[in-house]
Amino acid sequence: MFVNFFLELRQAKVPVSIKEYLALMEAMDQNVAESSVDDFYYLSRAILVKDERNLDKFDRVFGHIFKGLEAAPGEGITAEIPEEWLRKLAEKLLTDEEKAQIEALGGWDKIMETLKKRLEEQQKRHQGGSKWIGTAGTSPFGAHGFNPEGVRIGQDKNREGRAVKVWDKREYKNLDDTVEIGTRNIKIALRRLRKFAREGAEVELDMPDTIRSTARNAGYLDIKMIPERRNKVKLLLLFDIGGSMDAHIRVCEELFSAARTEFKHLEFFYFHNCLYEKLWKDNRRRHVDTFSTAQLLHTYPPDYKIIFVGDASMSPYEIAYPGGSVEHWNEEAGQVWIQRMAETYRSMVWLNPVPERHWSYTPSIQLLQQLSSNRMFPLTLGGLDSAMKELNK
Amino acid sequence: MKFTGTDSYVASDDLRVAVNAAIALQRPLLIKGEPGTGKTVLAHEVAKALKAPIIEWHIKSTTKAQQGLYEYDAVSRLRDSQLGDERVKDIANYIKRGKLWDGFTAPERPVLLIDEIDKADIEFPNDLLLELDRMEFYVYETQQVIKAEQRPIVMITSNNEKELPDAFLRRCFFHYIRFPDRETMTQIVDVHFPDLQRNLLREALNVFYDIREVPGLKKKPSTSELLDWLKLLMVEDMSPDALRSKDSKQLIPPLHGALLKNEQDVHLFERLAFMARREQRQ
Repeated sequence: MFVNFFLELRQAKVPVSIKEYLALMEAMDQNVAESSVDDFYYLSRAILVKDERNLDKFDRVFGHIFKGLEAAPGEGITAEIPEEWLRKLAEKLLTDEEKAQIEALGGWDKIMETLKKRLEEQQKRHQGGSKWIGTAGTSPFGAHGFNPEGVRIGQDKNREGRAVKVWDKREYKNLDDTVEIGTRNIKIALRRLRKFAREGAEVELDMPDTIRSTARNAGYLDIKMIPERRNKVKLLLLFDIGGSMDAHIRVCEELFSAARTEFKHLEFFYFHNCLYEKLWKDNRRRHVDTFSTAQLLHTYPPDYKIIFVGDASMSPYEIAYPGGSVEHWNEEAGQVWIQRMAETYRSMVWLNPVPERHWSYTPSIQLLQQLSSNRMFPLTLGGLDSAMKELNK
Repeated sequence: MKFTGTDSYVASDDLRVAVNAAIALQRPLLIKGEPGTGKTVLAHEVAKALKAPIIEWHIKSTTKAQQGLYEYDAVSRLRDSQLGDERVKDIANYIKRGKLWDGFTAPERPVLLIDEIDKADIEFPNDLLLELDRMEFYVYETQQVIKAEQRPIVMITSNNEKELPDAFLRRCFFHYIRFPDRETMTQIVDVHFPDLQRNLLREALNVFYDIREVPGLKKKPSTSELLDWLKLLMVEDMSPDALRSKDSKQLIPPLHGALLKNEQDVHLFERLAFMARREQRQ
């Protein structure tokens, strides 16, 4: 059962390894869970799940594998089944003798309640087995009779019942996401772009210099300090926003958040479709607070590295002709601005979230590929890696 | 050694099991959760409950893994050598022990708290893999192996600012502290302010959960903020009515500074409250 549990977790893409499995066995061996299902659930969750995003997947697998332990359906099911109908159904099927037996077992209303629950569960889950209502089944509730022997209803207050509630509730649902590339991977790729330099306060011992100056000092100690190494790469991120980029928002957000924590000198601006004479920093105030591209070219020195992020998918006119912009009248064509950027900044790449194999079908992508002198890379980990190598040249 | 919560900390069942598993199997326990849900406090409470000493290692962005093991103070040794100090002959005099070393060699089994591990450089957790796994490390300068006589109970907290590497996660147990529901919150408040008026608490919790529901808040108030706010309400001797007065002149709850921590949130809340009131009038 545990091996199945483990395998199914892996299938559900919860990253578990043999190490965790053995840890769970060890914990069982040491009786940490004290043989209660609640505790076992908590224990296996603590050992096997390492990220809150996987908690929901875990809950689902747990519920599935250990369904046999579900003694009674959970509370709080609220689908509607008319009570009279149920009562009629039961009355029609039961003899007086049986009714008396039922009475002894916990009262008519309780039976009704349980029958109702059972019916709802059947509707909801459509699972087979002897538990469910069907024709001529072995179930205590069936079309051919109500089996008094099989009645073990009304016991839904046991420990397992409560535990089921916990994982059936799937409380962690909203934390689940299926991000393919996490920010950690992006950060690792961005690390390629580190360029260390010593600037600022002198806090570290400079060993070679100390030895040199001590020797020159006739053996009398002369300590030399140097500033700490810091990443001094300066980055300017330009995001295409809105329109066709909406489909790529998640990956852009990830890139942005990874870059923001990785680089001290990071500036960003937004544009729409193609770069024109205006950029903005806040999408809500994009028509009010704009930043002219000419000013950008003057403000940020040429040692800034430029990363465009955009799908570059638009009408070629938007790039090639004055007035081609979909949003406003632009005096100069988009390509003029792109060329100006390329002239000012030596390190410039374009990251494109559109898969590389589709690029050849979109003329505007090819156009921008040319304009950025073939420095367009797909927004994947591999592409990001090559882009960072290109920026480091 | 079993942890069952303390009289000043309400531990849910799942948290209790996770802590006990970490203690029994001697693995580090990684705690995540919203800021202010009692991650750091947990380590203190576990130490208190087990009557174990606590060793805290607070991580900053500049913290290196090596600092947790030991540091070799070459500069003062060089200086001492110039002055002809006797201590200079033994390199061990210039080895400064780190928190992990302290934890490994403590006479009693301690609780070692590595606080906010996500603040450090992205490689930091990887540099501690072996040390946390085998609970030993090698001191190059003195060529000795420091090995834990009894493995400390290691608790690691993270605020999710950085993702942690898989290899590191494999070695830890994990617990995500969920934001407490109303019932648990009442218990928590009871533990901290046993003689708080019932109706004041009820109104305060109403306001608190209302604020948490407001969409778009930059920082949702959490348990520690609620406790601060309640303390303020008690000090100011606020009446429950003052909290209930939804249509009074006040738009936002009294002493909101304890709950809302930046001006955008306060503005947002004011605007929403204003709109809600306008709708009521119409």
